[in-house]
Amino acid sequence: MVFDLEVVARYLPFLLQGVGITVEFTVVAFSAGSVLGLLLALARISKNPIFHYPAVAYIDFVRGTPLLAQIYLIHFGLPQIFGYTPVGYIDALLALTLNSTAYIAEIMRAGIESIDRGQMEAARSLGMTYVQAMRYVILPQALRRVVPPMGNEFIALLKESSLVSVIGMEDLMMRSRMMAGRSFRPFEAYFTAALIYLALTLTFSRILGWGERRLGKSAQG
Amino acid sequence: MLKVKDLHKKFGDLHVLKGVSLEVSKGEVVVIIGPSGSGKSTFLRCINHLEKPTSGHVFIDGVDLDAPTTNINVVREKVGMVFQQFNLFPHLTALENVSLAPEKVLKVPRAEARDRAKALLSKVGLSDKYDAYPDQLSGGQKQRVAIARALAMQPKLMLFDEPTSALDPEMIGEVLAVMRKLAEEGMTMVVVSHEMGFAREVADRVLLMADGVFVEEGPPREFFTNPKHERTRAFLSKIL
Repeated sequence: MVFDLEVVARYLPFLLQGVGITVEFTVVAFSAGSVLGLLLALARISKNPIFHYPAVAYIDFVRGTPLLAQIYLIHFGLPQIFGYTPVGYIDALLALTLNSTAYIAEIMRAGIESIDRGQMEAARSLGMTYVQAMRYVILPQALRRVVPPMGNEFIALLKESSLVSVIGMEDLMMRSRMMAGRSFRPFEAYFTAALIYLALTLTFSRILGWGERRLGKSAQG
Repeated sequence: MLKVKDLHKKFGDLHVLKGVSLEVSKGEVVVIIGPSGSGKSTFLRCINHLEKPTSGHVFIDGVDLDAPTTNINVVREKVGMVFQQFNLFPHLTALENVSLAPEKVLKVPRAEARDRAKALLSKVGLSDKYDAYPDQLSGGQKQRVAIARALAMQPKLMLFDEPTSALDPEMIGEVLAVMRKLAEEGMTMVVVSHEMGFAREVADRVLLMADGVFVEEGPPREFFTNPKHERTRAFLSKIL
């Protein structure tokens, strides 16, 4: 019972092809989720009930239910109700995006609410509208503060994206399962996949840490 | 210029302002003093509706701020406010702090807004600090930038909410000097402050607020040397 490096070497290119999908899903869902999450956060802190309550309900639902359940709901549930043929790729991206949107919304909300009340008051006292004050005064400060938690969310999403393998996406996770089945060496397969995930998360957190330090240097006050 | 009629403000059960009225004419400098918690700041914040009054009316240049047709943002352009905690925008330089609102609200072209900001910063004695960020400035410098920022909107009325209370003693003078200059130029000012020297020399009228009402008002000489109300005497004896 030894670790068969030869199997790993043979399947490594096969596994690495899945990394592309994993990274692609993560980056796309994170980017879309950032934009949508910001809008959702603004809705969440709005005093207008038409925006506020749906935002609260959405965030609670998504954060309070498993991503796996959400993926199944989107991929198998919705086609049953609306009678269309599901496309795994779209459903996977949709599930990850909708999921990260909710988490990012809470990060953004915390960031916005961490800005001193006096900033909004000063902006409004100068005649700025609420939207102008948000755009030119509050958000530029809030967005700097959310960089570290956003980095954590990115790493979390990278790992969570492995769940899309359950609807047939050939990401890193799926390919490791295929490798296990074909080679009859599940330990080598899953251990190698785990190490690749680790390499990815470490790499990204280094990049994020470097970005944070640069931002920290330029950020004033 | 400014007319406040029977203003009430409640925070829940707390009745902070209990029917306050005040008229300030153009070019007048009014200083409001009073014990903390008496409602001075709340009153000031009601004037530009940072706090919405529970009842009563505020008129600025004849415009009723509570009328449904009134655009509060347009009114606020004409009412500058200076805060105790400065509230400078920390992500912007001194120059950008001053030029932001004219650029975005009044749509002044960027170059012109920056030129005007430079002139205003020079006026408050900070011509060497255009590119400094707020955290590189002392308290007195921050407050002078904040005054320049408010002036950039060319307000008709300036509100000062304890502008020197957060400052180290040696920096109070430089801020008061700027305010004094402003008063001499004819700016209409409502100042909440405990700087009695400033009140004595610059104010046209001094008012004492206590428990949510104006207890006494008068020209500074009379107010300080010959107060009519016991409440005023008690307060003055504590601070002078």
